[in-house]
Amino acid sequence: MANKISDETIEYVGILAKLELSGEEKEKAKSDMEKMLDYIDTLNELDTEGIEPMSHVFPVNNVFREDVVRNTDGSKDALANAPLAKDQGFKVPKTIG
Amino acid sequence: MAKQYETVIGLEVHVELATKTKIFCGCSTRFGGAPNTHTCPVCTGMPGSLPVLNKQVVEYAMAIGLAANCEITRICKFDRKNYFYPDNPQNYQISQLYLPIARNGYVEIGTGKTKKRVRIHEMHMEEDAGKLVHDEWDDTSIVDFNRSGVPLVEIVSEPDMRSAEEVLAYLEKLRMIIQYLGASDCKLQEGSMRADINLSVREAGSDKLGTRTEMKNLNSFKAIARAIEGERQRQIEILESGKEVIQETRRWDDNKEYSYAMRSKEDAQDYRYFPEPDLVPVVIDDAWIEKIKAEQPEFQDAKISRYREEFGLPEYDAQIITSSIHLAKLFERAAALCSKPKKVSNWLMVETLRLLKEHGMEPEEIRFSPENLAKLVELAETGTINSSVAKGVFEKMFAADMDPEAYVKEHGLKTVNDEGELNAVLEKVIADNPQAAADYRGGKEKALGALVGQTMKAMKGKADPGRVNQRLREMLS
Amino acid sequence: MDICKMTALELGRRIRQRNLSVPEVVNAYLARIEAIEPAVNSFVTVDTERALERARKVQKGIDDGTYKSPLAGVPVAIKDNLCTTGMLTTCSSKILGNFRPAFSAEAVRNLEKAGAVILGKTNMDEFAMGSTTETSYYGATKNPWNLEHVPGGSSGGSCAAVAAEECPFALGSDTGGSIRQPSSFCGVVGIKPTYGTVSRYGLIAYGSSLDQVGPVAKNVSDCAAALEAIASHDEKDSTSIRREDYRFTEALVDDVKDMRIGIPKDYFGDGLDGEVKAHILNAVKALEEKGASVEEFDLELVQHAIPAYYVIASAEASSNLARFDGVKYGYRTEDYDGLHRMYKKTRSEGFGPEVKRRIMLGSFVLSSGYYDAYYLKALRTKALIKRAFDRAFERYDIIAAPAAPTTAPKLGESLSDPIRMYLGDIYTVSVNLAGLPGITVPVGQDKKGLPIGMQLIGDCFAEKKIIRAAYAFEQGKSWEAPEISGVLTQGVPGRDGISREGGR
Repeated sequence: MANKISDETIEYVGILAKLELSGEEKEKAKSDMEKMLDYIDTLNELDTEGIEPMSHVFPVNNVFREDVVRNTDGSKDALANAPLAKDQGFKVPKTIG
Repeated sequence: MAKQYETVIGLEVHVELATKTKIFCGCSTRFGGAPNTHTCPVCTGMPGSLPVLNKQVVEYAMAIGLAANCEITRICKFDRKNYFYPDNPQNYQISQLYLPIARNGYVEIGTGKTKKRVRIHEMHMEEDAGKLVHDEWDDTSIVDFNRSGVPLVEIVSEPDMRSAEEVLAYLEKLRMIIQYLGASDCKLQEGSMRADINLSVREAGSDKLGTRTEMKNLNSFKAIARAIEGERQRQIEILESGKEVIQETRRWDDNKEYSYAMRSKEDAQDYRYFPEPDLVPVVIDDAWIEKIKAEQPEFQDAKISRYREEFGLPEYDAQIITSSIHLAKLFERAAALCSKPKKVSNWLMVETLRLLKEHGMEPEEIRFSPENLAKLVELAETGTINSSVAKGVFEKMFAADMDPEAYVKEHGLKTVNDEGELNAVLEKVIADNPQAAADYRGGKEKALGALVGQTMKAMKGKADPGRVNQRLREMLS
Repeated sequence: MDICKMTALELGRRIRQRNLSVPEVVNAYLARIEAIEPAVNSFVTVDTERALERARKVQKGIDDGTYKSPLAGVPVAIKDNLCTTGMLTTCSSKILGNFRPAFSAEAVRNLEKAGAVILGKTNMDEFAMGSTTETSYYGATKNPWNLEHVPGGSSGGSCAAVAAEECPFALGSDTGGSIRQPSSFCGVVGIKPTYGTVSRYGLIAYGSSLDQVGPVAKNVSDCAAALEAIASHDEKDSTSIRREDYRFTEALVDDVKDMRIGIPKDYFGDGLDGEVKAHILNAVKALEEKGASVEEFDLELVQHAIPAYYVIASAEASSNLARFDGVKYGYRTEDYDGLHRMYKKTRSEGFGPEVKRRIMLGSFVLSSGYYDAYYLKALRTKALIKRAFDRAFERYDIIAAPAAPTTAPKLGESLSDPIRMYLGDIYTVSVNLAGLPGITVPVGQDKKGLPIGMQLIGDCFAEKKIIRAAYAFEQGKSWEAPEISGVLTQGVPGRDGISREGGR
């Protein structure tokens, strides 16, 4: 119990989540996450040996689409909300070639 | 004495499947098109959109898995691979990690005694990313999602290859299997087949694997061969200098013939895979597997034996023709039409391969139809045209498919079978070349050749050289 | 007669009988919204022009027989995480502040096919993360019963709008109680259907394996009718289920004879406010008097549902919300240097604290080395919770429970301590984990005059049972609207001399 979240961990999770926290936010995030993890650790009281992890509640399988083209030119709708567009594409800061 | 090193290579091969639509939406997979025209809310990651799996993707993946001797996973699921990049509209890629569609397979490379198995660790289905076009002028990139969501299978081999040659043989083998299945056209240049190379080196004789690097951006067989050699050298130099190879992803620059480390601190390779909640499991029963098995085409080995038994082709010829599904199909169709399999085979083995090589073309780029090849064989075999005319006609056909019968007719290339006309020409040739005629009569066999040549020339190549030969002998006897 | 006091079905009936016109009804609600909004703030967007234009069209459609449904011409408010073509859809977030979707959610389309008229989009906790509607970028919604209190959340805007009579019914979404809890706090009826009953296509995902769209209304009949309108099998949603029976209004029968009701002991322990407990037990008693049998039982795992829920919901959310990156839609930061700075600044400026908290937690529990310990453990716990419910439904037709431990807290009281806030979800999250249907129906008020709701939980696909029980309980009670202090609610045109239908 009593999880400790280091500065490095918060930094690392920030990279994964693409979030940048201010110094104050970072301290709050650390303490929030520690508390949450302590709370989540109460799950360890449960014996889940041999229990299959359940991602879908219902045994629904094999939902498919047939391979038939249904969509027409979607460029106008795709770009309608773009913060920056150019040449019918989304404009972003340069990615490494 | 310098240390000997062994190269250990495993491959991750991405193949774009030949479906009409994307893996999770009804957008066309057609190549090209103005940016973002082949898109919808699903493949542009619009909020609220949801994926629905294209059944054909599963069937192609199963077919490839079965052809590569894999076990098909009876309950397979999709997972999300989370990473941020602008070509990845949801900032997660729907892929398979925990329960991929096929596992534990192998393909055989090489022939005869040098046959070797390359084991396949697993094969999974996933979606392709969009395309980034870089604008050098204003330091921006433009995202086009036309390729986003095109279905891929990724085939992950075990580290069973030891040289660039084995890697190329493995890729050729995969390509052949997949082309036979019609599951992809597997063009490296266009990116419908892509290979990432995991490579490590170790001292010869060691059975411990060295630290590997992963190399990306390889878009031709030649680049793959160069990249393997370059990376092998780089790693050996590191080890020789007493340092350690770092496990990392590197990008091959084929112009500079060097690989560069790709990732920065912002690309922590921690993909946080978890089961895709928006898709339900794919459950594959025996009946489905049997159906896919029943639909599998006759593969190369079976074709080779059949070509030998049924058509009497030499093993070598059968091997060459079946190494491309396009050649094999062309052969079978043309042979069936003209019932002269050996002659068809000869046209493919000699003239076709020669011209392909001359033009640097792949068999799938052949333009002439099996119907026209069959017609040409008929024309040649019935003596309607002689062999040198046939060769000329074939070259025209190779350049731009056309009906050889019509062409021969239009250009008056038919062999002249009119005895009267032939005799008149022969008499003139003999009269015009008294010395040659005398020489032949005097026992100089060679002199006949000159007379045949003169006759053929006089008849603009349209005579049957065998017949000319025979008639001359008769007339000079 | 006051149009805004009517139920949705009553409005529909009068419209079909040409007793009221659609524009007349829509105008009445728009006027009501204008009067109420400054005090309650239920809406992020009210689209007056579009609503009026649509009202005229629907009236035509009713006149020419295109629209025949019981909800034809009836106004509706839509939670702002459901996409509406061309109409702002913000999820109450800055990051989607200017987002106009190119398509409407399937549930919205179904309502439009039935002839409903959309008034606007209701406020919510940002991306449905919260239990108070205070995390909205567009300001908190107030509880119409007491403007110093929260309406609950995350569908607080939808529930407050119905309670304040700004719309006769609304759509919400429920990931961990987001329809049932605010319905309880606002004294309205809300249904969270069985997972897969209403298409999630066009619902901006929070926790995909838990999210369901559902209706909020003044009474059980309206709620059942709305659910009947929005539920459908949708090929665009792979998790949508093709049900044999969508006729939920058939369950509007005043009969609970021999219905077996289970009372989970753990739901009525120390954490539950005394007044809430008393009212719910009274309500259960009323059902018993109508012929139902009632029994206490141990549900188990009650304490473990919240941690399991927060692991799963946060993990899915961290991935679902990754797409908000300033590239394709929504907010992009002004100044940035390079791609990754753009991502980080956009997201850090665009998301509020609660959303960031859950994205961080979700990213952490999925990160390398922790997946098994946290995520898989939570999925195993989920399997155990499902089993516990399966066992319970072998013995009971429905389970009666609170929807929240207390009545609506005061504004600003909940957000300071996240764990305490999360504990408020204790009676609702297991239902989402197990994919079950639940309904909240008002059962009374506490001494402060704040509403108390009872939650009825059914087995998978047993919506009809909980609807029947809720309907039976509701008999003889009439819709009670709060008096909203300081708001002039007169002046809304009504017609006199027409008797109200039914006993309501």
